[in-house]
Amino acid sequence: MLSLIPLFPLIGFVVNAAIGRRLPKAVSGGLASLAMLASFAVSAMLVWQLAGMAPDQRVIEQTVYTWIVSGEYGIDMMFRLDTLSAVMILVVTGIGFLIHVYSTAYMHEEVDGEYARYFSYLNLFASFMLVLVLGANLVVMFVGWEGVGLCSYLLIGFWFRKKSASDAGKKAFVVNRIGDYAFILGMLLVATHDRILSFDFQRIAAAVGPMPTETTFGVLSLATLLMFIGATGKSAQIPLYVWLPDAMEGPTPVSALIHAATMVTAGVYMIGRNAVLFSHTPDTLMIVAGIGAATALMAGTIGLVQNDIKRVLAYSTVSQLGLMFLAMGVGAFGAGIFHLYTHAFFKALLFLGSGAVIHALHGEQDIRNMGGLKKYLPITYWTFLIGSLAIAGVPLLAGFFSKDEILFETFHRGHALLWVVGALTSLLTATYMFRLVFLTFHGAPTAPAGSHRHDSGSHRHDSGSHQDVHLHDAPPAMAAALIVLAVGSVAAGYIGIPHALGGHNLIGEWLAPAFMAPGEAVVAHEADAALELSLMGVSSAIAFIGIGLAAFLWLKRRDIVEGLAQRFAGVYRLLLNKYYVDEVYDAAVVQPVRVISQEGLWRGFDVKVIDGAVNGTATFVARSAWMLRRLQTGSVRAYAGSVFIGVVLILGYYLWR
Amino acid sequence: MTSLGHYLILSAILFAIGTAGVFMRRNLITILLSIEIMLNAVNLTFVAFGRHHGAVDGQIIVAFVMTVAAAEAAVGLAIIVALYRHRESLNPDAFTSLKW
Repeated sequence: MLSLIPLFPLIGFVVNAAIGRRLPKAVSGGLASLAMLASFAVSAMLVWQLAGMAPDQRVIEQTVYTWIVSGEYGIDMMFRLDTLSAVMILVVTGIGFLIHVYSTAYMHEEVDGEYARYFSYLNLFASFMLVLVLGANLVVMFVGWEGVGLCSYLLIGFWFRKKSASDAGKKAFVVNRIGDYAFILGMLLVATHDRILSFDFQRIAAAVGPMPTETTFGVLSLATLLMFIGATGKSAQIPLYVWLPDAMEGPTPVSALIHAATMVTAGVYMIGRNAVLFSHTPDTLMIVAGIGAATALMAGTIGLVQNDIKRVLAYSTVSQLGLMFLAMGVGAFGAGIFHLYTHAFFKALLFLGSGAVIHALHGEQDIRNMGGLKKYLPITYWTFLIGSLAIAGVPLLAGFFSKDEILFETFHRGHALLWVVGALTSLLTATYMFRLVFLTFHGAPTAPAGSHRHDSGSHRHDSGSHQDVHLHDAPPAMAAALIVLAVGSVAAGYIGIPHALGGHNLIGEWLAPAFMAPGEAVVAHEADAALELSLMGVSSAIAFIGIGLAAFLWLKRRDIVEGLAQRFAGVYRLLLNKYYVDEVYDAAVVQPVRVISQEGLWRGFDVKVIDGAVNGTATFVARSAWMLRRLQTGSVRAYAGSVFIGVVLILGYYLWR
Repeated sequence: MTSLGHYLILSAILFAIGTAGVFMRRNLITILLSIEIMLNAVNLTFVAFGRHHGAVDGQIIVAFVMTVAAAEAAVGLAIIVALYRHRESLNPDAFTSLKW
């Protein structure tokens, strides 16, 4: 049963990849969506079954086959559904299905073959992502881990004829490889540890559970740190986050599915999956929390000044992922996964909403050229607004509960400084999200939409300013996805109402066994309701302050913003240029590698040594042959003479030796 | 009484004559004849050794050699005729075009 979940999208991939170009769009898109729906149905059924079990026995396993056998040691191709992966498969298949549906309309301008290629990649991605979350051991997880990286590359570079898109794809792939390399090393360190000797998550947890916590930086700390470096690559954290903003070159639904809702959360999931292991390495956890907080703050500040609608959302994603890592780092695994789950809803919604805007404006992505779209795109506007409210942390929406949980846990566990960073990030989040809302949907149209067109490859209509073209709101398939996600963005948080508000934090209880070593009892959480309520008040206030600030600055007094940008021109430019991180990486890593490769390895080693050896052999043979062929005179008598002399010499040798 | 040595010396002389003919004469037909002399010098050695050892093997081999020599002469002469038609010459030095 379990293997059906990744199998359905895989079938969709095979069909679309093999005969997709001959199928009409309705069939290839429909098939892909249907595969996701089937997968979602199976997932829902199995999670239902899981929910019916006793809380500490909620595990469904399936061994598909034994993959690697070496003596008594074996690695199984094994899937395991527990409470943690249950959350993930519902997110991946559920939101994945909605995004597939949305894509059927968003990509309709592509020719049939391209359309099928798009859906085959999307299905392949879903399949790998499900392998990643269902894998019962590190090796199977790694298969999915690499597979989603591949699909991410393929989909970012989907419009590969555009140089920036193919470059962005390569950048994502290369940066991810760096992380993956560290991940492999970490994986092997864990599996070769003499008290673990297994790739299986359950066995790792069982073996690590009774071990003492590593107070000094030991082997396990190194292993978890390496695995976390893998996570920084996949989940776009400092120092490997640089690929995610560029990944916005891909089609917008891809940004929603892969670069917001699912793949980039794989790193968070990975830490949650190895929670017992990470809990035993407090040094690594501190690094995780620090990196998460730093990333959250840094990406938030960049998001404040970017002008590309998708890039703002991309930095917002990086920032929110930072918050999740912050939660993981302070040991609040449940809170991190909860935020992952709610974030999937509203960030997917926001991306799809931005996609609807871009779709309506035929490829325009610069928010300076938008404005006043509210009355033209009502559905998009209202759903986008709900998403923004949710991410800003306005009370009673999804983001509020999960973000609050993270901030409370951070404070509660004694990390006041990290709490300040988190709160500041929340303020930034609310501000830049509403800057986006106000600049895009409110006010008057500022400039003709056609003047700075960022052709995203698919939308090649000629368009004048958006008053004189017919601005159409999202078509039904897109609108449906937006509305469902908007409902989710409102409702998704209600499975995690904290005790302080009279709820039971269902998701926390549901997830708790997944973060424990087998047999370990779930420790009752001592609630500090007063503290939690006051922190909640603070973060609600922060959300409203942020929104108010954005309204004041970008609706009422745009001149203040411009004045600030001029007065702090240096800071503004620093933020606009993303702290020059890309430039620093280019100078520190890319150019040296280039020069060494070009001058050293190519012109030096390859041309001189390798080619030199090959060409030298050929030249030697040619020269010696040139001399030897002089012996072939064509004169029979000369040949006979040499035969005679040869015989005489041989006989002479035998006679006189 | 002729001993084995006499036969071998005669054979060596014949072989030397044949070899000299092959190297010195400028006529393909003469060269072919010289080769026949060399073959027969070898034949003589075979027969002499066969008789010396009281075995029949030497004579059997000679029968083979003569058969092959006859065939070789036929083929060789045919080639010489063809070469002559081609170049109007029997001098082996005229046929050196088979080279680099």
